[in-house]
Amino acid sequence: MLNSNRRPKSFYFLTAFFALFILFLYGPTLTIGILSFQGPSGGLTFPMNGFSLHWYFKLFEQQAVGDFGGSLTRSLLLALAVMVATVVISLSAGMAFRKKFKGSSVLFYLTIVSLIIPSILISLGIGLLFNQIGIEPTWYGSAFGSHLTWTLPFGLLIMFAVFNRFDKSYEAAARDMCATPFQILRFVVIPLILPSLVGVGLFGFTLSYDEFARTIMTAGSKNTLPLEIFGMTTNVTTPVLYALGTLTTFISFVVIIGTLFTLHLLKRRRRRISGGE
Amino acid sequence: MANERSAYLQSFPLFMIMLIFLVIPTLMIVIVSFWDYNSFSVIPDFIFDNYNFLLTSPVTWQAYAKTLFYAVTSWAITLLIGFTAAYYMAFHLRTTKAQTICFLLATVPFLTSNIIRMISWIPLLGRNGLVNQMLQSLGLINQPLEFLLYSDFSVILAFVHLYTLFMVVPIFNSMMRIDRKLVEAAIDAGASPWQVVTHVIIPLSKSGITIGTIFVFTLVMGDFITVRLMSGGLSASVGLLIYNEISLLQYPAAAAGAVTLLATVLIMLAILFRFANIRKDL
Repeated sequence: MLNSNRRPKSFYFLTAFFALFILFLYGPTLTIGILSFQGPSGGLTFPMNGFSLHWYFKLFEQQAVGDFGGSLTRSLLLALAVMVATVVISLSAGMAFRKKFKGSSVLFYLTIVSLIIPSILISLGIGLLFNQIGIEPTWYGSAFGSHLTWTLPFGLLIMFAVFNRFDKSYEAAARDMCATPFQILRFVVIPLILPSLVGVGLFGFTLSYDEFARTIMTAGSKNTLPLEIFGMTTNVTTPVLYALGTLTTFISFVVIIGTLFTLHLLKRRRRRISGGE
Repeated sequence: MANERSAYLQSFPLFMIMLIFLVIPTLMIVIVSFWDYNSFSVIPDFIFDNYNFLLTSPVTWQAYAKTLFYAVTSWAITLLIGFTAAYYMAFHLRTTKAQTICFLLATVPFLTSNIIRMISWIPLLGRNGLVNQMLQSLGLINQPLEFLLYSDFSVILAFVHLYTLFMVVPIFNSMMRIDRKLVEAAIDAGASPWQVVTHVIIPLSKSGITIGTIFVFTLVMGDFITVRLMSGGLSASVGLLIYNEISLLQYPAAAAGAVTLLATVLIMLAILFRFANIRKDL
């Protein structure tokens, strides 16, 4: 089954299955992508009534659909901040978990609980807490913290996987050459795990950029993009919603492709460095 | 020791975030669930009225029944699809490159907003949607199928669409760690491909299946957006009840609902964790 050169019948069956699965994953998004280019008189479903960028322009008219520009800016800034914090805190905690320390399993299970606890609980809890101590919830304060409870577990789990495969002899060699702990981190550990760190950052960014449930009670008076989108689903019934969906999906893709490209460059640079020596 | 001290220092930021934004808020919910409230404000108190009302209300029990139905159905479907997809990638694709490409293909949709992915079903499933138009032009049906959108069907479809990946990734991970010699040995011993799957691969990917199950179960149990959007407000889940109470500023009632939901989820997890040692399997 595995090493014979002839493909078994099940292979073709499973390939078809997998192709259908991929179609299932992408089909709906592609549909609204196409429908977002409806003409001005077009509706929410097919057939296409002409072809235009009408609904994209509509998106940027302030009064029509609320504060799209502002919420997009806030979401991007928040996602960037969450990305940086996730990378730094996950790396730091990942390093800690390589050693034995008291309370490590408590902290580990706390992080797992943070991952699987229903998001609405986090949102409600943080909202109540901030209300009671009299601090106004804000998208850059309480929402930042609530997003971290969602991104850090993923970051930590990735760091676990990374350090499980990490060859400690590189660090030992650096230590033998009298490198300080900071130098070891800066010149040995970080360059070696950089692609994974970029991955953690990418994860943190997209998780935060899309996070809705953990934001509803923590963002305060200013909406982030997912909140804005959710608001629109209840009162907007034009293809402007599809334009918004397509645009945000496009932004996600740009971020992902940009990151993959950076990874590719890093890999090439590393190959060049190791090849040159 | 210096080593241990640096570990404390390094884990301190994570610890603080978890303390301030997870532990204390959860305690806050527990405390507030015993508070009183009127239409204007919440009043610190120690009463059991919130729980009393919650647990004796038929609405709660219906919501729990509905939520469990969603969770179990979505779990079964995501497991079936997720296992098959992971099995295909792990055992039928021969090169790492093909595996990586397929893996990325399956992961990319996960990176776009859940709400957008839900809305995307509307032009497909609606009364005048693509599916109905197609079925009608093929002459298979005379009038649009009404159950496609704003129904239990569309809710579960959206869950499967959103969460199958949470099954694929852990199952694929544990499958990649299966020693290929075991599969060959089974074939040499005369096992049919089906027997290989049921006797070798399924038992050895148990931990991946468990982790995927934990994800899908907890995500569906706490969900309110999918249920609200995809049922068109016709159906209520536990999460949605809590969300509605939050919207009405009935925080103590919402908190009591949240504590009950948390207890339910924790009991389920305690059962599931018996099937996997999560720390070892990661």
